[in-house]
Amino acid sequence: MFNIFGIGPLTLITFLPLIGLLIILAIPAGKDEKARELSTNLYRWLTVGFTFLQLVIAIVIYMNFNNALPGINDANTMQFVEKTPWIQLHGLPIFGDLKIDYYVGIDGISAPMILLTAIVCFVATFASWSIKKAVKGFFMMYLLLDIGMMGVFISLDFFLFYVFWELMLLPMYFLIGIWGGPRKEYAAIKFFIYTLFGSVFMLLVMIGLWFTSGTFNLLDLANPANIRPDQIFSGFGTTWRLWAFVGLFVGFAIKVPTVPFHTWLPDAHVEAPTPISVILAGVLLKMGTYGMLRIAWPIFPEAVKYFQEWIALIGMVSIVYGALCALGQHKVGKRDLKKLIAYSSVSHMGYVMLGIASMTSAGVTGAIFQMFNHGTITAMLFMIVGVIYDRAHTRSMDDFGGLANKMPVYTGMMAISFFAAIGLPGMSGFVSEALVFLGAFATYPLYTVISGLGIVLGAAYMLWALQRVFFGKLPEKWSGPWDPSGKLYKHDDINGIELTALIPLAVVVIFLGIFPTYITNMMTESVNQLIHFVTVNGQFTGL
Amino acid sequence: MNQEVFLAMPVFLISAFAVLIVVLDAVSGKNKTINFAFGIFSLLATAGAAIYTLTLQVPKLVNPADYHDIFTITKNTMVFSSYSAYFDILFSLAGILTMLASRSFISKGYHEYKEYYSIIILAVAGMVYISHANNLLMLFIGIELMSIMFYILSGYFRQRIESVESALKYFLLGSFASGFLLYGMALVYGATSSLELNVIAQFIAKNNFNATYLTFGIALLLIGLSFKIAAFPFHQWAPDVYQGAPTTVTAFMSTAGKAAAIFSFIIIAKALMPSFTNNAMRLVSTETMQMILAVLSAATMLIGNITAISQKNIKRMLAYSSVAHAGYMLMGVVANNQLGYDGIIFYATSYLFMQIGAFIVLSVLENKDSSNINLDNFTGLRKSNPYLAALMAIFMFSLAGLPPFAGFFGKYYLFLAAIQSGYTWLTIVAVISSVISVYFYIGLIVYMFFKDSDNPIAKAELKLSSVSLFVCLIGVLLFGFFPSLLMNLYAIIK
Repeated sequence: MFNIFGIGPLTLITFLPLIGLLIILAIPAGKDEKARELSTNLYRWLTVGFTFLQLVIAIVIYMNFNNALPGINDANTMQFVEKTPWIQLHGLPIFGDLKIDYYVGIDGISAPMILLTAIVCFVATFASWSIKKAVKGFFMMYLLLDIGMMGVFISLDFFLFYVFWELMLLPMYFLIGIWGGPRKEYAAIKFFIYTLFGSVFMLLVMIGLWFTSGTFNLLDLANPANIRPDQIFSGFGTTWRLWAFVGLFVGFAIKVPTVPFHTWLPDAHVEAPTPISVILAGVLLKMGTYGMLRIAWPIFPEAVKYFQEWIALIGMVSIVYGALCALGQHKVGKRDLKKLIAYSSVSHMGYVMLGIASMTSAGVTGAIFQMFNHGTITAMLFMIVGVIYDRAHTRSMDDFGGLANKMPVYTGMMAISFFAAIGLPGMSGFVSEALVFLGAFATYPLYTVISGLGIVLGAAYMLWALQRVFFGKLPEKWSGPWDPSGKLYKHDDINGIELTALIPLAVVVIFLGIFPTYITNMMTESVNQLIHFVTVNGQFTGL
Repeated sequence: MNQEVFLAMPVFLISAFAVLIVVLDAVSGKNKTINFAFGIFSLLATAGAAIYTLTLQVPKLVNPADYHDIFTITKNTMVFSSYSAYFDILFSLAGILTMLASRSFISKGYHEYKEYYSIIILAVAGMVYISHANNLLMLFIGIELMSIMFYILSGYFRQRIESVESALKYFLLGSFASGFLLYGMALVYGATSSLELNVIAQFIAKNNFNATYLTFGIALLLIGLSFKIAAFPFHQWAPDVYQGAPTTVTAFMSTAGKAAAIFSFIIIAKALMPSFTNNAMRLVSTETMQMILAVLSAATMLIGNITAISQKNIKRMLAYSSVAHAGYMLMGVVANNQLGYDGIIFYATSYLFMQIGAFIVLSVLENKDSSNINLDNFTGLRKSNPYLAALMAIFMFSLAGLPPFAGFFGKYYLFLAAIQSGYTWLTIVAVISSVISVYFYIGLIVYMFFKDSDNPIAKAELKLSSVSLFVCLIGVLLFGFFPSLLMNLYAIIK
């Protein structure tokens, strides 16, 4: 079904940007002013075209996705599966053959992520209009990043997953380092080293798992029947297994990021250009929690059980601490709006952690839904900051005030996104947060109650920011038009390209706030299967 | 005809060519191209012969004891296995890549003398002897031939003080290490009454040796070889020598030379580190040696990588990083199993491509007086030499061990091997040190891509170097995306 020349939709959606990348590579940037402008536009629209095609495929996948099939540990109910041998080594001493497959497929926890990646990559292209430097390189890196992100979400082979995971690191590093703000080198290196540090421990665990189960297939790895005796991760609840879980968890937690591994995030966000912040917050952070659900939870169920309370605690601390840091941006430093939103990401991803630690149906469903919603909402927030930064070249909240009169449409979009971030009923964020609290309360009532603080604090820092930037008196220096020459910005208000990027997200946010089942139904079966699987296998030990 | 003649063809060919090219020097007058072309041809012929021997049914170098009295012409001094044939190809390839890149480089900084090509051929001959050695003396001759050629090559820019200094330093320390090596060999001979490795292995297996002499012999051998691969604590010569030597020579020394030295480690380990426990060998038991090597390996990679962080000169930085890479390759010896040796082969291959590639990029960007190879000079290389900057970035990522480049899979197989033999702690040290190494590899990329410079390096002329660079790039990418191509090669030829 849907195979074009034997290429399945998942391969297509992942490697389609590669074609765009090669085309962009082939188009010369041009020597004179006019040719340069032409090629710049060509690069932009090519990227728009390819990400749009990707979105179309994602929607086709969504339409044909069968909600009744659980997937998770059952190879037969994975959907859109493709499997071909990639690396095969014969005659190794212990296990005979080492086999790594190009094994891709999706189930209820990866399908929403595919959709999210396609949406965010598409809209972030429009935010890239403000990129003026080395446009060719930018869009090539952008598409490469796109490949890496899609690849992570479709992989069902640990090795393949790891390769995509690292592949996405390289373009991200260049995107922050070349096109970033004043402290870009520092932010890029910090991001790189943090993530790499996490992923090398993932590599060690991967090797250990191969010795234990003789495979890289994630579904087979999760099956306790495949564990051989007398290997490093044999048995259940052994010290090595608990350490391995901690290694994996730290690798993923750095990406989420949870407290105390979050310090790279504000730096990366503040320095990254707008479209990259959008992708970073919109998709990259989700890889951490996705990796936990896809890899760490099914393979080390007894360790999940063992550390469950700690993970919930980490989630709670992230929620409250992230919110406090965001609130603190009003008090200290330059009152950087982008930094505030970056810290709010830490807080919002804390809900996801709390949800997946709860191991209840509502909690995990809420967590995955929150991953999706946080992706769309934070993408909006970062774009909104980008819009104003492009015009005023500052992000400090002190420099603004009274923008509501100057930019009414923009203020409207900002209000939607800010209220969505606060979790106003009728917006998608409310549903997912409510589900998380519902699920987590059953398991950890105390943590959940304390986490409720995050919502209160969230309302405080968001509304305060709204007030500082949009209400009150417009500073003298912004009274004239943004661009006196009239070349860049014809009107004071937000322009068409920026609206094109924001409106689809706003529609998604409001639509899912009213009809959340369009996404939650996709994952119900998978979540139940996952919880059942982890709970049953987690009992093998006497912990 | 006797199959052995075909098997020994790479050795015979390279020896004959090495003699011929010296004669050619004398008669070719001022024509340097003849020598250059002949050098390339002889390396290609050697590699071709080695590829041909791979198609013969040769047993893998599993245990030197299997080779007793098979080879009559070479009188058991040599061993012909798929491993040695593979390394012949590797050495020839390194020689070809170096010679292609050297042509314009040495005439840029200095006069192009014909001997240069002869010396490289002679060095490759030494390496080929190493890869075929079954006799300790053969091994010594190979190592010495290779090392002496390296001493000469390091001082090739003989009017430049750094070059001469590096040659002298290398020579003095290197001959000292050779002394250790020779003394160690003598003691091993004294302990087991044989110089042939397969016979020594049998004596050790039968518990028929003098334990005291053997202990000291092995210790001295380890010291000598550790010096040759620049392992801690015998690594201090490497940065000075690598920095002072002409850049293309450094490329050759730090890849092919290191691969040859690590291969002699394999040879020694095969014979002297039997994979069974032997009660009589209390002091020199395999476990003890593995542990010593593991500590050496861990220290080597940590010291190499940590010191590289503070380097401002790129050549020096790569020199320290090559110290660290020797540490990674030692992991394969520590593992002391098939997977470990296969891992070393893979690593040596991928390391050859990325390291030679990186040094060639340096060599084409260098000034006449090699003054502009500091990190600052590379600022804004993205603008002036975009393709070279991109190539360098790929080589750096590969050296740092990121997928999907070849360097990652090299490390990956070595990690597999070390964990398999129970050295999980060593793997964790290796992982940590490779994270440390990312800092300086990436640091170079920061200079090249993220910073802008007022006076960037002028656009470089590539000439023949482009061929070498292209081959290196293909190697790094091909073995990165399809590592099974290389790994299955050994399986097929086994």
